[in-house]
Amino acid sequence: MSLSAIILVVVVLGVIGWFVGVSRSKSLVAGNVSQLHSRPTYYGSYIFVWAVLPAIFVAAIWSIVSPIYVDNQVRGHLPAEVLSQEQAQQNLSMNIVQSIARGLNTLSSENRPADDVTIEDLKPILAEQGVAIAGSGETYMITSARQMNSMTRSSETMRAVVVIALSLIGFVLAYMQITAKLRARNKVEGVVTGALIVASSIAILTTVGIVFSMLSETTRFFSSVPMTDFFFGVVWDPRFANASDPNAAGQFGLIPLLAGTLYIAFVAMLVAVPVGLFSAIYMAEYAGPKLRSVAKPLLEVLAGIPTIVYGFFALVTVGPFLRDLSAQISGIVSDGGSSFIQAQSVLTAGFVMGIMLIPFVSSLSDDIITQVPGSMRDGSLGLGATRSETVRKVILPAALPGVVGALLLTASRAIGETMIVVLAAGVAARLTINPFEPMTTVTVKIVSQLTGDLEFNSPQTLVAFALGLTLFFITLALNVYALYIVRKYREQYE
Amino acid sequence: MNDESKTPKVKMAGKGVEVFYGAKQAINGIDLEVYERQVTALIGPSGCGKSTYLRCLNRMNDTIDICKVKGLLTLDGEDIYDPNIDVVELRARVGMVFQKPNPFPKSIYENITYGPRIHGLAKSKADLDVIVEKSLRGAGLWEEVKDRLLEPGTGLSGGQQQRLCIARAIAVQPEVILMDEPCSALDPIATAIVEELIGELREQYTIVIVTHSMQQAARVSQRTAMFHLGDLVEVDDTETIFTNPSEKRTQDYITGRFG
Repeated sequence: MSLSAIILVVVVLGVIGWFVGVSRSKSLVAGNVSQLHSRPTYYGSYIFVWAVLPAIFVAAIWSIVSPIYVDNQVRGHLPAEVLSQEQAQQNLSMNIVQSIARGLNTLSSENRPADDVTIEDLKPILAEQGVAIAGSGETYMITSARQMNSMTRSSETMRAVVVIALSLIGFVLAYMQITAKLRARNKVEGVVTGALIVASSIAILTTVGIVFSMLSETTRFFSSVPMTDFFFGVVWDPRFANASDPNAAGQFGLIPLLAGTLYIAFVAMLVAVPVGLFSAIYMAEYAGPKLRSVAKPLLEVLAGIPTIVYGFFALVTVGPFLRDLSAQISGIVSDGGSSFIQAQSVLTAGFVMGIMLIPFVSSLSDDIITQVPGSMRDGSLGLGATRSETVRKVILPAALPGVVGALLLTASRAIGETMIVVLAAGVAARLTINPFEPMTTVTVKIVSQLTGDLEFNSPQTLVAFALGLTLFFITLALNVYALYIVRKYREQYE
Repeated sequence: MNDESKTPKVKMAGKGVEVFYGAKQAINGIDLEVYERQVTALIGPSGCGKSTYLRCLNRMNDTIDICKVKGLLTLDGEDIYDPNIDVVELRARVGMVFQKPNPFPKSIYENITYGPRIHGLAKSKADLDVIVEKSLRGAGLWEEVKDRLLEPGTGLSGGQQQRLCIARAIAVQPEVILMDEPCSALDPIATAIVEELIGELREQYTIVIVTHSMQQAARVSQRTAMFHLGDLVEVDDTETIFTNPSEKRTQDYITGRFG
C-alpha cells in the first residue's frame, strides 16, 4: 500500500471520527448542547486529531527509517570482497543495486526474469524499460536487488497495517474518552498551539540547516586556503583557468570584495537615507489622508520591482548618463576632456541601489514615525512649535532608535544585493577609493565562482561558501543589532 | 454679572462659534466669554463639544484635517482665525495642558526649556536655568525634582508628569492656559495637588478647564459653562450654576440625573 493511499485512509477515518464525535457528544446529553463542556465540533475535532496525528507521525517516521534499515541489511549481505572495499566503492555498488531493484519493479509479472538470470541478460530487458544499468554491474547484485525489493515490500505492508491500526486505536480511545465533562476544547487548542510551534520552528531550523551546510563546505575551503589569506588578503585572483592544476593556487583575498560591498552599500545608503527619510516624514506628518492613500502605495511599488530591472536601468540609462555628464564637465575645464566616470562604477551601482532602497527606508520609517504617540505632537504644537520644529525636536528624537533599526535592516539588504551590482559596477575585483571606477561585491563573486563547470572540491568553487558564510554573518549581525534597537525603542511607550 | 464693578476684563470671546467634523456639526453656534484671571470651567456630558470648543481657543483643531471652525473667536479683541494671525504665536500665548500627561521623552530640564528655546525667550544658559526653576516652582514641582533635572520626564509619577506639563506650558509665559480634563488620569492625591496649583495659577493666568468632575468645577472655577449636545446650555458664576441654575438640564446634570 503506497504512502498516499495510507494517508488517504487515515484522513478518511479522521473525517468519519469527526462526525462520530459530533453526534456522540450530542447524544450523550440528549441534544442539550449547553450541558457539554465544549461545543460538539470540538469533540469531533478531538477524535479527528487522535485518529490522524499519531498515525501520520508514525507513517512519516517509518517512511524515513525503513529505506535506511533496508539499505543496511542488504549491504550486510553483499559478498565479502565487496564489503572489504572502501566506502565510496561500496556506495557505488549499492547505487547499482538500487537501480536494478527499481528496474525489476517496473517489469510486469509475465516477463519477470528467471531466478538464475545473469546481469548480461538482464541489462537489455531493463534498458527497454528505460532503466540503464552501469557497466560495472555484476550478477550478485540481482540477488541483492531481489532481497531489497522483498524487504521493501514487506516493510510497506507492515507500515500500512501498523499505521491504520494506530489510527483505529486512536479513534476508539478518543471515542471512549468522550464524556460531557471532557475538556475537548482545551485539548484541541493545545494541538493548534503545537502546530503553530512546529511551523515556526521549521523556519528557524532551516536557517540553522543553511548555516551548517555552508559551514562544512567552508571548512573544506579553509583546509586548502589559510584563514588569514582569506580574511586579510588584498588580492582576489582565483585563477580559474588553472583550477585543475593543484600547483597554481589562486589568491582569495576577501578585502577587495568586502570593500566593494561596503562602498557600494554606503553610496546606496547615502542616496536612500535622506530621500527615504524625508519622504517618510512627509507621508507621516504633512501629507493629507487622500494624498497619503495614493502616494504611499505608489512609493511601495518601487519595492516590488525586480532588482534585475533596476540593473537594466543602471546599465542602459544611469551609467551612460553619468559617463556623458562627466565628459561634458571635464570638457568645460579643458578642451576635449575625457569622461572621468566610467559607465560601470561604484557611483552608478550605489545610486541605482539607493533608488531601490528608498521604499524600504521610507516605508519602515513611516511606520515608526506614525507610532510616536499623537500626544507628543499635540504637546509640542500646543507650546507653539511649528510642524518642522515638532518633527525635528520631538518626533525624530523619539523615533530615532526605531529609524536607526530600520536603516540597519535596509543596509543589510544593500549588502546582500547582487543583480544591480553585476550590471552597474562590473565584476572586476579591485581595491580603490575612487567611486567613479568599477568595483565588485561579495555576492557577485559568489555567483561567478559557482557558475562554472568546475568540480565542487576545488578552492575556486568552495570559496563561494566561505564568502556566503561571511556575508551571512555580517547581515545577521546587522539584523540582530537592528532588532535589538527596535525592541528597545518599543519599550519606551508601553 | 449684573454688578458691573465686579465684572473683569474679557480675555477671550466666542461669537456664533460653529465646528464641523466633516459633515457632522459638533458645536452649533456658541457665544462664550472668558474673563481675565479667572478659572472658567466647561462641563457637560461626554460628546457635548466642550473639549472641541477648548481646542478652538488655541486652534489645536487645525491639526485635524476634517475639522472646520466658523464664527468669531477673539483673544484681546483680535480674531484668532484671521488669516494674518500666526498660529504658532497664538499657541505661545494660549498654552495647553492635555488630558493625559504627555512629557517629551527628554530630560525634565529639556521638557521645560523646549518652549522657551523655540520662541527665543532666553539668551543664555543662565536665563534658561532661571526659567526652569521659576516654571517648576510655579507648578509646585521644584522641590521634588530639583536634584534630578537631567533625568527623563517620563520617569516621573503621573501626577508629577502632569505638573511637569503645566510647568512646560507656563515656561512659555502664556496669557491663557487651556486644560483638557487635566486630572482625569490622576489619583485623588495628585488631583488635589493639581487643583491647588490651578488656584495659584489663577493669580497670573487666565484658565479654561474642561472637567467631568462636578466637585472639581465647583472647587477650582469662578465661572462655569454647561454644554449639551453641541449647545451652550448656560454660563454663569460657578456658585449660581451649582446652587441655583436657571436651566433644568443643568440641574439634572449636576445632580446626576443624566449624562
